[in-house]
Amino acid sequence: MARLNDSNVRLAHEIIGRYPRARSATIPLLHLAQEQDGYVTNEAIRHIGELVGATSAEVLGTCTFYEMFKMEPVGKYLINICGTMSCALMGADELMHRAEHKLGIKPGATTPDGMFTLEHAECQAACTEAPCLQVNYRYRYRITPNELDALIDDLRAGKLDGEIPPHGTVARVRQHIPADRLVGAVAPEDVTGPPVWLADNHEVQS
Amino acid sequence: MTSTDPNLVSVTLNGRTIAATKGELIITAAERHGEYIPRFCYHERMDPVGMCRMCLVEVDTGRGPQLTPSCMVTVAPDMKIDTASPMVKQVQEGVLELLLANHPLDCPVCDKGGECPLQDQAFSHGPGESRFVEEKRHYEKPIAISDLVYLDRERCILCDRCTRFADEVAGDALIEFSSRGGNTQITTFPDEPFASYFSGNTVQICPVGALTAKPYRFKARPWDLEQNESTCTTCSVGCRTIVQSSRDQVLRYQGVDSAPVNWGWLCDKGRFGFESVNSDERLTTPMVRTSGGLVPTSWSAALGAVADLVRESIAAGGADSIAVVGGARGSNEDAFAWAQLAHDVIGTPNVYAQMGDGLPAAVLGLDRATIDDVASATTIVLLGPDLKEELPVLYLRIRDAAVKRGRHIIEFTPKPGGLTKHAWKTIGYEPGTQLAAVEAALADPAVAMQLAKGPVAIVAGRANLAETSTATVLALQAILAAVPSAKVLPALRRGNVVGALQVGVRPRPGGLDTTGVLQAAAAGRIECLVLLGADPLADFPDADLARRAIAGARRVIAVDTFLSASSLQADVVLAASAVGEKGGTTTNLEGRVTSLGRRVTATGTSRPDWMIASGIAGLLGTEFGYRSIADVTASIAARVESYANVTATAVASAPDGVLAAVPADLGPLVPPVLSLPDRNSYDFRLVVSRRLYDDAVSTRTSPSLAHLAGCMTVHVNPLDIERAGAHDGAEVRLSSARAGIIVTVESDATVLRGTVWVPFNQPGSTIGELIDCTAAVTDVRIENI
Repeated sequence: MARLNDSNVRLAHEIIGRYPRARSATIPLLHLAQEQDGYVTNEAIRHIGELVGATSAEVLGTCTFYEMFKMEPVGKYLINICGTMSCALMGADELMHRAEHKLGIKPGATTPDGMFTLEHAECQAACTEAPCLQVNYRYRYRITPNELDALIDDLRAGKLDGEIPPHGTVARVRQHIPADRLVGAVAPEDVTGPPVWLADNHEVQS
Repeated sequence: MTSTDPNLVSVTLNGRTIAATKGELIITAAERHGEYIPRFCYHERMDPVGMCRMCLVEVDTGRGPQLTPSCMVTVAPDMKIDTASPMVKQVQEGVLELLLANHPLDCPVCDKGGECPLQDQAFSHGPGESRFVEEKRHYEKPIAISDLVYLDRERCILCDRCTRFADEVAGDALIEFSSRGGNTQITTFPDEPFASYFSGNTVQICPVGALTAKPYRFKARPWDLEQNESTCTTCSVGCRTIVQSSRDQVLRYQGVDSAPVNWGWLCDKGRFGFESVNSDERLTTPMVRTSGGLVPTSWSAALGAVADLVRESIAAGGADSIAVVGGARGSNEDAFAWAQLAHDVIGTPNVYAQMGDGLPAAVLGLDRATIDDVASATTIVLLGPDLKEELPVLYLRIRDAAVKRGRHIIEFTPKPGGLTKHAWKTIGYEPGTQLAAVEAALADPAVAMQLAKGPVAIVAGRANLAETSTATVLALQAILAAVPSAKVLPALRRGNVVGALQVGVRPRPGGLDTTGVLQAAAAGRIECLVLLGADPLADFPDADLARRAIAGARRVIAVDTFLSASSLQADVVLAASAVGEKGGTTTNLEGRVTSLGRRVTATGTSRPDWMIASGIAGLLGTEFGYRSIADVTASIAARVESYANVTATAVASAPDGVLAAVPADLGPLVPPVLSLPDRNSYDFRLVVSRRLYDDAVSTRTSPSLAHLAGCMTVHVNPLDIERAGAHDGAEVRLSSARAGIIVTVESDATVLRGTVWVPFNQPGSTIGELIDCTAAVTDVRIENI
């Protein structure tokens, strides 16, 4: 699978419809592509370009700007261990060291079974809970090396499936915005009157 | 200072009060008043982005001096600007130290060294020393981002000029920044190279040596180059250029910013097409046909032979049996001298500069629009070829008018093209039904309201070589009848076609145009056919007629820079000098006359066309008395009414050229009669038009461009492919009433249903076999084989 599949194309059109300009949907569609394949493939980038009316190079430029879009396959679980000041002081290096041994890989690599990718992360804004890490961007606070071992075992055993979905999952419950809740996809240059939401709420001032 | 002019803003610049223009950026206001602020990313023809920070100056708007990027802020009343304070100096040093931290400083082996803004500004504004002792960033040395452009990412300072140009100006956003922070780099998408028709401009505007052009890499150092200002004659837009040479060889073209014409841009065909001038295949001496074929000879022998052929022809069939076609590729002087020779000395009325792919010359007598008139018109009506393919820089100007200036384009076309996505309305038509399409559009109240909003300009040309100009002329007249104030820009393609027609390379009363000449030749009524840089066998839409004409003409004389398919058949071939080897003037499609720069010695013993004409006239007993090209220029001003103001002095003193008057002697545009054939069993209507790169001699003999031509395929709408029982990639027989050819099918959703599109003159092309140049339209059918 590489290009967006049929159900995702339908969803893509729905997402595009929320914006006055199709290319505003580039980032949401990149999330969709990452959810489908676990990472963003070149074929998906080309497909998104076709859907939003941008060149592949433009979509690639947007995609590579954000580190959370992966251009290479990553494991089912992406473990980001924070190494910034508070976490470093509270034992991030030991945590990373333990992770390397437990998983048998260096930061940036993926285990041969495709289960785990290990990454260094910069500050995750949880300094009071140091050392912290994220598994598929879900926090684990004040974690010890032994707790990390247990976490990896639990993940591998599938005990946390309900809590932590596979990497790339955008949402487990799809958002569908009913037509009457859309604020109206009007391009800025086409706006003539007061903002649409004011009109909807009968708040237009004369 | 109190100014009463509401368009002026009084600001203080380095202690003195200046009057800036309202809305002007600080960087341009300062430059106009003598303070050049260093910059890398700012370019006056593109939107500012404030990427490089080199133009930081101190600006005090009443809250104390603040460091401000001068390319991002417009002047405001009583603003105090300091471009040379100690703080500004320190910032400039800091910015340069940071830019140079990762720059490889490989200036001695860099093509840009010597003309490099980074090098120049590091010397003038840099700190002189760097504190950066760490290892510099390393990337693979140049990677090809297209067939013509190489990217060295180590040298790149990420100024966003090339990427902005690609997106904003050319509309080909095929290069982009990727990644972020210290890893940011320019990139193309894998397998989608920067294949823009305008890619060479990014090399010219790159402020460092990151982008280099393959044809110029390691050819010369800037200080070894000699240069002349000139005009590109690849097409009739007439972009101003600088021709640069070293050791008597043309090495590079650079665009010159001519405000009314090209804004500094060139297309790649114009920029790199000079390679053909240096080609080994160039004709170096005149040649005459002997029993052993064409053999080199002396000029005196060749000109003598031509004079003999002309005298024999007059004796055999009268002056009327001599015809001259072509002459749209040279200078005004070349065209004028040949018109004089043909009309006044030989006495034939059969002279024509167009090759059956333009519009009647009377179109040039309509109220002529300039490019600026078109770009500033409220409504731009396109009734002609795909400008991106045929007149690329005019495409850039009109694209800019539509995208950035909100001008409305109404496009009538048989096949959507480069401007379609920017058009307010695109009206597709089947060839032959232009008039109906225009009438239907004019009846649309929205269109009528739009046309009434303000000035209207029409760009008129031939969108389809597989039909006569009849239907287009009728449509043009219908628009002009509805909007009598509309001005017309003729989208005729060849470099000096407008100049040639205006100075006299057109039939005198009773004379034949090119189609008429070729028909007469095919019928054996032409004793002598003179080809002025014309190659009917490759260039005339109707291949069969061209072949019969060359075979049927009793004597053929060719004046050419190369031995083309047609000149190979000639009895005498006269070697002509090419652009860059000769001076003079040229006229663009607006009627703008500019100078051509002579930069290098002519190849071999080749001569400019005017000198050849003058030599032949002398042998026929009429001395023109031209001792230099200036004499011919003066003669045009004296004898061609519309060129009365176009003197050598006037052209030399006007950097943007002199507009020749609209000729009054071209006669009215007579409404032609259109008779469309029945479809019979031919169920598709044929559209044939040009692509920028084709199999023309000048492209084929430019090594960098030669491989850019595509191949001849028949483009069919996907829904029609099914109807025809074919499939994408299948070989089919495409037949008209005239002939049938074998060609590959290409699925193309831009092709209108009921029509098929085939590019003209691609390598190996046989599409001319299907075209009957006298038929109003050409219908074809697709048969499986």
